[in-house]
Amino acid sequence: MRVRLRFTKYGKIRFTSHRDVARMWERAFRRADLPLAYSIGFSPRPKVSFGLALPTGAESDAEYLDIELDPLRTADDFEPSGLPARLSPMLPVGIDVTAVAPVESGADSLQHQITSCRWELAVTGVTEDELGVLITTALAADSLVIARERKGQTSEDDVRPAIVSATPIEAVDGYPALACVLATQPRTLRPAELLAALAGGVEEVRVRRTHQWITSRDGAPREPLPADATDAPLAPTLERVS
Amino acid sequence: MTSLWPRIEPLLAKVQKPARYIGCEDGAQQPVHGPHKVAWLLVYPDAYEIGLPNQGLQILYELLNERDDAVAERSYAPWTDLEALLRARGVPLFSVDTHRAAGDFDLIAFNLSAELVYTNLLNCIDLAGTPVRAAERGPEHPLIAAGGHCTFNPEPLADFVDLFVIGDGEEVIAEITEVVGDWKRSGRTPGSRQGVLRELSKVPGVYVPSMYDVEYDGARLASITPKYNDVPARVEKRTIADLGAWPYPKSQLVPVTEVVHDRLNVEIFRGCTRGCRFCQAGMITRPVRERPAAQVQQMVSDGLKRTGYDEVALTSLSSADYSGIDQVVGGIINDPSCSGQVSVSLPSLRVDAYTVGIASEIAKVRRTGLTFAPEGGTWRMRQVISKLIREEDLYGAVDSAFSQGWQRVKLYFLTGLPTETDEDTLGIAELARQCVAVGRKHSNRVNVVASVGGFVPKAQTPFQWFGQNTAEELRRKINLLRDATRKERGVSLKWHDPKATMAEGIASRGDRRIGAVIEDVWRHGGTFQEWSEFFDLQLWEDAMARQGLSIDWYVHRHREADEVLPWDHISAGLHKDFLWGDWEDALAEAGTPDCRWTPCYDCGACTGYGIEHRVASATPPAGGSQGTGQDLSTGGAVPVQLLPRAGAGAPRS
Repeated sequence: MRVRLRFTKYGKIRFTSHRDVARMWERAFRRADLPLAYSIGFSPRPKVSFGLALPTGAESDAEYLDIELDPLRTADDFEPSGLPARLSPMLPVGIDVTAVAPVESGADSLQHQITSCRWELAVTGVTEDELGVLITTALAADSLVIARERKGQTSEDDVRPAIVSATPIEAVDGYPALACVLATQPRTLRPAELLAALAGGVEEVRVRRTHQWITSRDGAPREPLPADATDAPLAPTLERVS
Repeated sequence: MTSLWPRIEPLLAKVQKPARYIGCEDGAQQPVHGPHKVAWLLVYPDAYEIGLPNQGLQILYELLNERDDAVAERSYAPWTDLEALLRARGVPLFSVDTHRAAGDFDLIAFNLSAELVYTNLLNCIDLAGTPVRAAERGPEHPLIAAGGHCTFNPEPLADFVDLFVIGDGEEVIAEITEVVGDWKRSGRTPGSRQGVLRELSKVPGVYVPSMYDVEYDGARLASITPKYNDVPARVEKRTIADLGAWPYPKSQLVPVTEVVHDRLNVEIFRGCTRGCRFCQAGMITRPVRERPAAQVQQMVSDGLKRTGYDEVALTSLSSADYSGIDQVVGGIINDPSCSGQVSVSLPSLRVDAYTVGIASEIAKVRRTGLTFAPEGGTWRMRQVISKLIREEDLYGAVDSAFSQGWQRVKLYFLTGLPTETDEDTLGIAELARQCVAVGRKHSNRVNVVASVGGFVPKAQTPFQWFGQNTAEELRRKINLLRDATRKERGVSLKWHDPKATMAEGIASRGDRRIGAVIEDVWRHGGTFQEWSEFFDLQLWEDAMARQGLSIDWYVHRHREADEVLPWDHISAGLHKDFLWGDWEDALAEAGTPDCRWTPCYDCGACTGYGIEHRVASATPPAGGSQGTGQDLSTGGAVPVQLLPRAGAGAPRS
């Protein structure tokens, strides 16, 4: 059985890396004694697949993870809805499982399915008004070329097509803020890269991923889990910036 | 007295590996401070990923937090990027548990496992907002304490540390807490610092360097004597008699980011009686105290369940020597709750086929490489250092490893040992070559890594009188080995930087005058000196020159038989004449047997303290002691000769 989980990353734990989070999950599954399926081979690994990496330091309302349960060791009456209560206590403070649902075994991996992410950014270096102007200017531009690095290679890219939307939102603790939807296909546009594209010396203070979207065949975005899979409320806004 | 987190948090977005500074480990505590609680900040003065797994620090952290009159938090040396930001913003060193300022603690206690961290200790004291020199501190400053193996020669840090703990910390921390608690309740009034230090100097196992006068006779040390009658002339180490009474850590910290030794660690015994003469740990932690087998089993099973780790290391100085090791290992891998997914590792393997048999059984999951430590390249050399491994033991072990699927074997060696000839050095290459030949029977892809470290003589060992090889001499020997192994397919050579070996030698057997050198290196930016990207020998050479001290005299000189050594007033229980006799045996190329299973030769460690070896099983380990294949339970010849103790004389070199 393949199960998809949604989880949060809030507070101090946001300074851990994607790899760190993967290790926390491996230990949590063992502590919860969850019957994960294992890969076959010289060095068997549990069948766990993570979604798009979250930048170290960013918070998230919506991280996703797929796990494969071993049918032979899974009880017939196993209910995935019990997983949040079983797993959250085994994870560090700030990481909580908020939703769960079975997914079809043949489904594409999360990393392939996700097409865009919604972010909320609190920034410094500009006033709210200046931020508004920078956003309007950027969205009006035909192209926005920035230098960015990936795996040690620097390239000059036009990132304008990857900005699906960007709009100022209410300031967070005195810091100007914006919400944006950034594409993850064909290549991910990171929040820090968006700020570089806005120029004007904007620096991030707090970054939170609020949604990950999959584009359906009809073009409408949907979340990786059905709406009725949610069994714990999401935190509505950015936490106070301390 | 509040959390510094709001000031630290914005800095963490700008540094590498910010998870080093957040705490959040499973098992971490959020202690509530109060006027009737002595607040300890336990600091490992190296990067978080090196310091977090330290078991000594974790044991004391739990023990102190269990007390009603104490709280303990932890800190680690901030990496250079964060340090620069802390200094620029005026943020002090902080605990990772509640992000409290280091200066708000009553005691800042450092764990000292290696000499090259000494400059980091000064840096941490300074970042805490405390004067680095003990003499300049007032009652408003925390007491600076240090423990760990390096404190068996505390003198190089005597000017900076208020009190050293010598030996096991489990019991003595209670006595220190009580003395410091009285001081805290008395309001830490002006002038009271001297008083509390005087009281602490009377606690057995505590050394307060400011209570001693040091006299020199020219370059030589003449004496170190207490200033007051009630201060002990010789500080005896503390030893817990029964490890079974201390099942700690009970809640091993599980970090949320990558660290070394990221696994469950269960200490199965403390102390070692193999008598390897270069090994300070083996000398200063005697006698052997094994944890009862049932307790080991319980700690492993509880620990795995609680942490979610799938690997457990059974730790000690030589884990295969634990009596009944196979039963304990068998118990773990056959435990149904481990469901076959747990791997057990023995960090220090004995060199024999039998041990490899155990290793093969337990390393079901990952099979990367096995490590053995013959230390010396020839039998003659190994007799000198009393590491009595025969070539057939090593080849048997390697044959066993390669036949059971391992592809890589790593061999640890020391070079620059007393009496070492080029033949001994080249013996390292020969052993590695032969090991590859043995492995070729099983696979063409076998790889043998010979890892060579320069020998640094340590205090409280039979080699404490030996003049360390110069960096040039070590370099020459490494070059001999490079030439000898260059064309050997399957042999790879790795070596430790001889320059770092030299700097370690300055601190290892230094006296109180070396303190100025450590401070000088630190003031010139020399932190993280055990990291090759930061180590700079020039800093050490310049500091020695500025202080008018000779590297040759401190590092490369053979000490005289009648010389006062800087650590003579610190006792690990070992009689000085035992050490000298063992040194003479070394020069006579005679080894010493493992006294756990053979008659006592009265080194002093047991007899002096009225304690003895504690073993979990009365039967000597199968496969024999000392890795010689000699099975003591059925009798067998010991390929070791003991010479009668010779009288004192000048050491040969």
